[in-house]
Amino acid sequence: MTETIIDMRNVRKAYKTGKVTFEALKGIDCQVKRGEFVGVVGPSGSGKSTLMNIMGCLDVPTSGEYKLEGKMVNSMTANQLADIRNRKVGFVFQAFNLLPYATAFENVEVPLLFAKVSGRKRRERVIELLTRVGLADKLGNRPTEMSGGEMQRVAIARALANEPDIILADEPTGNLDSKSGMAIVKLFDELHASGKTILIITHDANIAAHGERVIRIKDGLIETNGDLR
Amino acid sequence: MNLTMMYNLFIRDFRKQKKRITLTLVALAWGTMSIMLLLAFGEGLHRQMALNQRGLGNNIAVMWGGQTTKAFKGLGKGRPIRFQAEDPEYIAARIPEIKQIAGEYSRWGVKVQYKDQIVNEHITGIYPNFEDMRFHIPQMGGRMINQIDMEHRRRVAFLGWDLSERLFGEEDPIGKQILVNSTPFIVIGVMAEKMQMNSYEGMDENLLAMPSTTFKAIFGDPWLDDIVYQPHDPKDMPIIEKKLYEVLGAKYKFDPADDRTLQIWDVVSSQEEFTNIMIGIKMFLGIIGSLTLLIAGVGVANIMYVSIKERTREIGIKMAVGAKKKLILSQFLTEALMITFTGGAIGMTISYLLTEGFKRLPLSPDAADVVDFMGRPTVSFEIGFVVIAILGLMGLFSGLFPAMRAASVNPVESLRYE
Ligand SMILES: Nc1ncnc2c1ncn2[C@@H]1O[C@H](COP(=O)(O)OP(=O)(O)O)[C@@H](O)[C@H]1O
Ligand SMILES: [Mg+2]
Repeated sequence: MTETIIDMRNVRKAYKTGKVTFEALKGIDCQVKRGEFVGVVGPSGSGKSTLMNIMGCLDVPTSGEYKLEGKMVNSMTANQLADIRNRKVGFVFQAFNLLPYATAFENVEVPLLFAKVSGRKRRERVIELLTRVGLADKLGNRPTEMSGGEMQRVAIARALANEPDIILADEPTGNLDSKSGMAIVKLFDELHASGKTILIITHDANIAAHGERVIRIKDGLIETNGDLR
Repeated sequence: MNLTMMYNLFIRDFRKQKKRITLTLVALAWGTMSIMLLLAFGEGLHRQMALNQRGLGNNIAVMWGGQTTKAFKGLGKGRPIRFQAEDPEYIAARIPEIKQIAGEYSRWGVKVQYKDQIVNEHITGIYPNFEDMRFHIPQMGGRMINQIDMEHRRRVAFLGWDLSERLFGEEDPIGKQILVNSTPFIVIGVMAEKMQMNSYEGMDENLLAMPSTTFKAIFGDPWLDDIVYQPHDPKDMPIIEKKLYEVLGAKYKFDPADDRTLQIWDVVSSQEEFTNIMIGIKMFLGIIGSLTLLIAGVGVANIMYVSIKERTREIGIKMAVGAKKKLILSQFLTEALMITFTGGAIGMTISYLLTEGFKRLPLSPDAADVVDFMGRPTVSFEIGFVVIAILGLMGLFSGLFPAMRAASVNPVESLRYE
């Protein structure tokens, strides 16, 4: 029996804009086991990103319980949440979210700096990661000097920096042409094969089909949650 | 935090806003210069005035006789107290805290003549130790009154430099004969020029001094006009003063508690007062300078706010990969401090070069007169320290609020929009 790494019970998230409260998540129950590859689909605005931000401890639920690797996230301090984002989860975003003025090398280095990894080790690790995503020759390139596919690969290398267990990707191929998109998906497949737990939000049924399971979200609730095969 | 981390997180962020930073640096340098130069001016003024203050004497006090205001041991009040020629030795023998002491005779409007030059001048009868106590230092080629002059009541004169010039013009006065009240005297020395800020019996530049023994023999004054003394330790001034009332009270039969019997001018403690006034002036100048710097501080806060607004996404990204609030806070605080100190360092360097340059500047005689009085702006170690402290404080304050804003950025919000 594999360990449940993500465990959500009746998680709700409400956004307040002025006087209006909008409930983006309306009671999510969701478990993910270590090593799973899960596709998350659903119409735009249904709450996928909100769910993923909570999973990655970038945001906290308004109510409900969330346990990550058996530990209650609800009661953690801001610093503990920052540590989780630094070491336990890696984010990959649709918009890449690289630091615009920094080189590929420097971007991948940032989470290692926060983790206080020493200089020489940091250097080795950055080179190893960028080699792994096929960018060994682009260490000194800034985002403006790279293609979308390359930027996303830098982002993946950054997500992997402190060897997290979980990779959360929010429409990682949304801004890419299909060829570069497929190269990125291939990278996720490799990561899955190496034992990482992966959740990937996507509009593309083909990409969702790479997962062992698909969670379909609609209006802040899980509509279907099932094995594809 | 190590240096690479500093570089990676902060310095390279600067590249984006060169123009704004340059403008702020100019404002900071300007503010720092104004505070630094004002303080340097104050310091120069203080040093010069302290120097000029010493023109009168070297940690001395001057004592005059007064009048009794209380009846004492059968003697009535209103009795004048006057000093006799032997009093300085009498006092020195009884008050060990006194290092040197001298009696002084003084007389105004005495006719002094060299050839057909006649002036009416102030003359004094003094001791050789005036050389040290009252800075009666002879110019090259001459000498001050000495012990042998005293013992032999020699008719020798020591002239103030201005009087000497009026009598002799370009001529060398040493060894020349002059007439003082029709009595011939030989000029033995001329006082070296000095700045003198205060005086009690006329300015030294105009005096004619002779041995006090000679003075008494010629003019026959029964009383000394004043007594000048110098303690071993300037801190002993109050003790000496108290003892003087006791010693002289016993000799001249007055109540030691009757403080009108003696008049003592303690130049040392009036110098302390002067020091306090100078500190006040320097603080005032410092505050004016600080206000100028404050404007630059507002500039720093402003560019920090703008830059944080432009960099919310970047802050969000850093938070998403694990930056803690504390780190974001220290990043922006460090940035503010770095900008502040860079501008400050530029301003301090320029100020230093300016003041050092001014010290080496050759001056016209008119300007030199001003400098003799006002001093030259001087950057001291203390000024540097004060300016750095003010800069640090200002950098902290101008960085703190923007940095707090940065640390409270909501990462989800900042990453949501393109
Ligand atoms: N910070 C926010 N403030 C207000 N409303 C928000 C905020 N974030 C998301 N929402 C709303 O919540 C809903 C779900 O958003 P999101 O999770 O981004 O959807 P998806 O990723 O599925 O497109 C949307 O209607 C969105 O407008
Ligand atoms: Mg979304």
